[in-house]
Amino acid sequence: MRPFTYERATDAAGAVTSAAATPGSKFIAGGTNLLDLMKLEIEQPAHLIDVARLPLAAIEDAQDGGLRIGAMVTNSHLAADARVRARYPVLTQAIVAGGSGQLRNKATTGGNLLQRTRCAYFYDTAKPCNKRQPGSGCGALEGLNRNSAIFGGSHACIATHPSDMAVALSALGASVETLSPHGEARAFDLDDLHRLPGETPQIETHLIAGELITAVVLPPPPSGGQVYRKVRDRASYAAGLASIAVAGDQVALGAVAHKPWRARLAEAALAAGGSPTEAIAAELAGASENGRNGFKISLVARLGPVAIAEARNNGSAA
Amino acid sequence: MSSVIDWEAASNPVKENRAGNIGKAVDRYEGPLKVTGTAPYAYEVAPPSPPAYGVLVSAPIARGRIAAIDIAAAQASPGVLLVWTHANAPAQGPRPARYDFFTPAPRPSLDSDQVHYFGQQVAVVVADTLENATAGAALVNLTFEEDASSVIFHDHYAEGVQPPGESDVEIGDFEAGFAAAPVKIDDVWRSPLQNHCQMEPCATTAWWEGDKLTVHTSIQMVRYAQNSLAETLMISNKNVHLLTRYVGGGFGGKGSFYDDLVLASLAARELRRPVKIAYSRQQMMHGTVHRPATEMRVRLGATADGKLTAMSMMTTTHCDRRGNFTEHASNFARNLYAAPNRLTGHRLVRLDLPVASAMRAPGEASGTLSLEVAMDELAEKLGMDPVELRIRNEPPTDPETGKPFSIRQLVRCMREGAQTFGWDKRQPTPGQVRDGRWLVGLGMAAAIRGNFLLPAKASFTVDADGVITVKQGMTDIGTGTYTVLAQIAAETLGVPLGDVRVEIGDSELPPAPGSGGQFGAATAGSAALDAGMNLRKAIAEIAISDPASPLFGGPSEQITFQDGVIAIANRSERLADLIRRNRPDGLTADGEVRPAADASQWSSHTYGAHYVEVGVDTVTGEVRTRRMLGVFAAGRILNWKTARSQLTGGMIWGVGSALTEGNSVDPHHGSLINQDLAGYLVPVQADIGELDAVMLDEVDDKANPMGIKGVGELGISGAGAAVANAIYNACGVRVRDYPITPDKLIAALEAQGR
Ligand SMILES: Cc1cc2nc3c(=O)[nH]c(=O)nc-3n(C[C@H](O)[C@H](O)[C@H](O)COP(=O)(O)OP(=O)(O)OC[C@H]3O[C@@H](n4cnc5c(N)ncnc54)[C@H](O)[C@@H]3O)c2cc1C
Ligand code: SF4
Repeated sequence: MRPFTYERATDAAGAVTSAAATPGSKFIAGGTNLLDLMKLEIEQPAHLIDVARLPLAAIEDAQDGGLRIGAMVTNSHLAADARVRARYPVLTQAIVAGGSGQLRNKATTGGNLLQRTRCAYFYDTAKPCNKRQPGSGCGALEGLNRNSAIFGGSHACIATHPSDMAVALSALGASVETLSPHGEARAFDLDDLHRLPGETPQIETHLIAGELITAVVLPPPPSGGQVYRKVRDRASYAAGLASIAVAGDQVALGAVAHKPWRARLAEAALAAGGSPTEAIAAELAGASENGRNGFKISLVARLGPVAIAEARNNGSAA
Repeated sequence: MSSVIDWEAASNPVKENRAGNIGKAVDRYEGPLKVTGTAPYAYEVAPPSPPAYGVLVSAPIARGRIAAIDIAAAQASPGVLLVWTHANAPAQGPRPARYDFFTPAPRPSLDSDQVHYFGQQVAVVVADTLENATAGAALVNLTFEEDASSVIFHDHYAEGVQPPGESDVEIGDFEAGFAAAPVKIDDVWRSPLQNHCQMEPCATTAWWEGDKLTVHTSIQMVRYAQNSLAETLMISNKNVHLLTRYVGGGFGGKGSFYDDLVLASLAARELRRPVKIAYSRQQMMHGTVHRPATEMRVRLGATADGKLTAMSMMTTTHCDRRGNFTEHASNFARNLYAAPNRLTGHRLVRLDLPVASAMRAPGEASGTLSLEVAMDELAEKLGMDPVELRIRNEPPTDPETGKPFSIRQLVRCMREGAQTFGWDKRQPTPGQVRDGRWLVGLGMAAAIRGNFLLPAKASFTVDADGVITVKQGMTDIGTGTYTVLAQIAAETLGVPLGDVRVEIGDSELPPAPGSGGQFGAATAGSAALDAGMNLRKAIAEIAISDPASPLFGGPSEQITFQDGVIAIANRSERLADLIRRNRPDGLTADGEVRPAADASQWSSHTYGAHYVEVGVDTVTGEVRTRRMLGVFAAGRILNWKTARSQLTGGMIWGVGSALTEGNSVDPHHGSLINQDLAGYLVPVQADIGELDAVMLDEVDDKANPMGIKGVGELGISGAGAAVANAIYNACGVRVRDYPITPDKLIAALEAQGR
């Protein structure tokens, strides 16, 4: 780990002012991802601005019947919230499918969205990785890419975004509120927060440097049932091989792209009266493989229709 | 010379077990220290003066040489005290052409410019703090010249050669027998490279006082390490005091030692200051040793009524270029089932990979993953129950040597397991049982693992408080050695368990070989029993010769030891009183055990049977174990609790072998792609449903004076095969390439059009 300086922010405005004023600074919330990466010297911030105690840890009812989730709400807290469990069960299911209890107790809503890929080459500083070291090449492309993306990859990077929570948020049509380093409040659709890798896989979101996520906003739940299904190598504490969040007729896929993958083509097919199988097939028409990750196409084709049917079943049971 | 016949005939306090200490579920002797975080592991030992900290630098190529070295920036980095590469590391004993397990030999570090595998240690930086050493290590600038390397085992199968000094073992005429057999199985299984993933990484704290070195390190074998380290440092072994009091898991991976021990010792000498060095998790994966991958071809020929007529198991495996380790996956097949025509052997491929070596149940752990599934396949072909098939091929004597078994209760294990588990509920046709999204299946497999006894010594001391201290250069790698030694001492000397102290893990104590090959408890315990018996004799002599003792003049052979009291008939006194009067400074006796001269006349193994219920989601390819039962016959059990933990731990590891564990090798870099515990998946709590291990009442009086055997490696042997068989029973798909992950199951299902 490289030496760094540290401060604890007391309000959001102070945090972004400090970030703007200090080059090489990073926010730290739960630290569950950032500290691991710092120990491996993959992240080397010169200055840490601790935002964990900012007064952004509340879950509030929004006027339209949705929820406004403060960026510092922990994953455990969010998953356990009675309103979330009742109205957004897909979100609770997604969160508890991630990490371990200890991690979820520390992990925050904002930090979870900005966690970095679990690509093994990204984690090994002896290997080429365009995301870690732009221009060095991509170890995964011709390497062991079992866990790589099948949607939206580029010749520079085929990494996936590993968040489970974000997949559910995508299916729920969530948006993200931020405070820019200039003190400007901004908002994004969650689907517009993350970028595809393109030529610059090191740039992962549309946030500007020093921009603070302050909240995630959930619209009222779409009508219809919800479900989150995550397939993994072991029963708990493992990254997904593929996952799917279904909320009514809204569908998002996880562990298949550089971002939570809102399955718009599948949604369009469903809206046009297609069967779940046809809908997933429509989405997968745009998938591609790099060798070992090819099974994900089969996996999504098998899992997707089952999950959509399960959500519908949940909806009719409710 | 000891003899099996004598062991069988002689009674002793462990066999008699009057106070009932033997077999009891005694809590771990050192448990409170461990769970309160106060047991000092090697890295945590406080040296006599403030230590410096070393960080190792690893090679980023699979094969080549260090062409240029620039350590100026590292040397100038804050707090850095020393930077060594092969160019400036101190002279050490020369590396032998090949290593073996039992001959001490130098293990020099940084001894050449050659890189033999990815992750080999190529430099060390020592600084005043761990942080400064880490920062310095990042500044070591080495230029490598890379050579072409061979790292993918599957591409090099064909290059397999007979391991040095070995030959295939053939009984009868396998090819003829197989050709003539009406029912045949001929399949190939693959198991991946695996890592030990001990919780505690390899670590050392070293310091010198004059020319005497003290090292606390994490290792399984004390004396071997002491001698090898002395040869590496080119000093007398009398000047090496090696301690390993607490070991956070070894599993074979700490059977030898690594650069932390050598470089901490050398740097402490150079800096005249204690030095600590630990491996990182990533360095543990590459820089220590692993279980090599295997390809196993099993051929079985049987009559229609299920008698094996031909059996062959040929294993190809790999080791590093300079190594000679062979994963003897076929060996156990020589002892398991009867068949007149038999062929077994191994082929070894040398690759530019890290060093292959022993990992929990070397041989059996991988080997049973093939043969025990082949038996399941054969049973299905024959339309026979898998338990029945095994029973039909139960040999009356060792199937290859014809030697009598010391004791063999495999059939009883299988029968009791079947009954307890509810095996009769198994549907012989796969895919019949559904529970929600899960297809449910049952599988079983036999377990076998060898039994060993090595020479060892021990000493017992009784002090003026009547407290017994056991001393032995033995290790406890988490298995329960401290505890079972205390139980043996309490039982032998008739004192409460609370009046026993155990000192182990120290090269200045009477030598024992250490922990490995599940020989630990039998070996160390037998020497301890002998020391206890000798101490009893010495105490008796003193008592009958002491006019102040009520036992004075009594017949010493009638002396009894119970509750801290010694007695002859109705004359008695407290052991402490006798010692206080006669030996206020304590009384010590030594003991030892040697393998019996006639031990090789018997075939001696531990046995078991695994029963597993799994669920398979045929949509996602996910497999989850729901229930597991193991029934084991492993001689007299010293401690129900620690033995059961060993067995269930092994079974859980078997689940990992079947479903999740394995290091994939990067084809371009020769590295193991999953380098941490987020990527190398061992089972977690949620992967294991109901789990139980039952230990049959057994005594193997031919194994050693106590009639005990090992349990540390038995539990893993066969467990993974039972999982694989259960998967087939659940869904009708066989995946012969471990681990059986969702991608492979989906491919197999799709190949069946499902
Ligand atoms: C072993 C392991 C297994 C895991 N398994 C899973 C899993 O199965 N599924 C899953 O979804 N996740 C998993 N995770 C990831 C875990 O969910 C994330 O680490 C966690 O959610 C990150 O939240 P945090 O608050 O700790 O973020 P931090 O580590 O504090 O920060 C992460 C990043 O976000 C930035 N950041 C944090 N807060 C803000 C903010 N408010 N505004 C702007 N930037 C911010 C930081 O600068 C940093 O770059 C796993 C993690 C580990 C270590
Ligand atoms: S896929 Fe992306 S993260 Fe992985 S090695 Fe390639 S560039 Fe790096």
